[in-house]
Amino acid sequence: MRRRTLFVAAAFMVAFMLICGCIGTAPSDTPAAAEKQQLRIATTTSLYDTKLLDRLSAMFEEEYDAEVLIISAGTGKAIEYGQRGDVDVLMVHDRAREDAFLADGYGINRRVFAYNYFIVVGPESDPAGIKGMEPEEAFTVIREKGMAGDADVVFVSRGDASGTHSKEQAIWKAAGFNYSSDIQGSGDWYQEAGTGMGATLMMANEKQAYTLSDIGTYLAYKGDLTLVPLVDEGDVLLNVYSVMQINPEKYPDINSAIAKDWINFMISDDVQDVIASFGVDEYGQPLFYAARDGWEKIGVPQAEVKDPVL
Amino acid sequence: MYEIIEGFLEAIRLIVMLDPDVMAISARSIIISFTATIFATLIAVPLGAAINLGTFPGKKSLINLIQTLYALPTVIVGLLIFLLLSRAGPFGFLRLLFTPTAMIIAQTVLILPIMTGLTISALSGVDPVIKDTLRSLGATRLQFLVNVMKEARFAILATVAVGFGRAISEVGAAILVGGNIMASSFRSSTRVLTTAISLETSMGNIPKSIALGIILLVIALGVNLVITTIQHR
Repeated sequence: MRRRTLFVAAAFMVAFMLICGCIGTAPSDTPAAAEKQQLRIATTTSLYDTKLLDRLSAMFEEEYDAEVLIISAGTGKAIEYGQRGDVDVLMVHDRAREDAFLADGYGINRRVFAYNYFIVVGPESDPAGIKGMEPEEAFTVIREKGMAGDADVVFVSRGDASGTHSKEQAIWKAAGFNYSSDIQGSGDWYQEAGTGMGATLMMANEKQAYTLSDIGTYLAYKGDLTLVPLVDEGDVLLNVYSVMQINPEKYPDINSAIAKDWINFMISDDVQDVIASFGVDEYGQPLFYAARDGWEKIGVPQAEVKDPVL
Repeated sequence: MYEIIEGFLEAIRLIVMLDPDVMAISARSIIISFTATIFATLIAVPLGAAINLGTFPGKKSLINLIQTLYALPTVIVGLLIFLLLSRAGPFGFLRLLFTPTAMIIAQTVLILPIMTGLTISALSGVDPVIKDTLRSLGATRLQFLVNVMKEARFAILATVAVGFGRAISEVGAAILVGGNIMASSFRSSTRVLTTAISLETSMGNIPKSIALGIILLVIALGVNLVITTIQHR
């Protein structure tokens, strides 16, 4: 009896493994696939969560016969991976930290490929009453109401040293607060999620809280959310995405040639067209704007959106 | 409630239709954790036998230490392996970070203590009369070892099952050293059941999370069934 049970269990496990093994590995696991050139990209979560990178990496793989490995991590972690030489390319959105990364000699060949805007989203009832305010003013009001003990007013922060988290800190600063002493740990109203943009939006939705999001991820998740955009105008809300490679002088085994291919691919006309139209069918508006046409608006030299890297 | 039921039905559909994505993730999970379990077995069983049968100072403390490491947190193992394999780290030249191999290494390290410890207990559990008989009959060291292992074979099998169960259900190390990559080729991807569930849930993709969760549960139940069956013999 026992023997039979064991036999059945074992047979079941083996059968299951075989099914998974056959179905799971059959279509793609050809020897050629393993020998392809590999490009490792560490990216901000917004480019991944919106599925833009899925689309672009499929195009790239076909065009260059390479394999793209994407690690979705948020700008802070991505920069950390870059500094340790664990990836070939970074795709991030935090101008100040990118500048430091380039100045330290870790990154080279930065190009700006897309931009959009951040928005402050929150519950439709808008308990803090911030709708239509300037971002700095809205943040000030949220803090005021939150500190006063209004239990309905909660702000969920990314709290993960991502580009969005940096932007949030910049807005607090612009509003006249010291982030670490006035905001962090100042009360239950301010909660740090420590996770990606999509997950933070889901969390803010559960808590009916306010949060700062890039418009792209918000639109991609809108179907699952009851949160609405409340603040969407203000110069500080500009969100600029750039791509750069890791300096091969720091890490000689970086795959520099294919990293350059990727950077040039990102600023190519074909990809810029894809970026400009990505999501229009599904969400009625683009998730990102192509940098090609907007370099003046972004405030970067034209060379940074147009000139291919050599 | 509606969401859970709807998710559950969609999950069943994904499993029954053998959704390629779900199957690939499941297969990868099983292959990685199975390989890690084999490596860990090859190290832990001889090691456990040596510790159990040997006499040396500090044996008790060593066993205590191993038992303490049963609860080795998975993220600590992940962090350690990450730092060792990162290109800025001592083994960076191997270029193993963010590969399935890195995950196998991490899971092997993770389950080594529990498998070594359980091997020691398994061998301690062998009837002393048998050990005395073997000795009195003048068995050589090797004969002694082989026969004691034979007596303990079911307990050692259960040890292997426990190791596999811990390896396949951990998420902390897998995400840190694997990076949760979904590449176009099977070999380069590092997305496994646990990391996929974590990601899909955070992306609001509940049916897929449930489907992956059911598969993980089935695997865990299967492993448990094997353990209990063995232990009842």
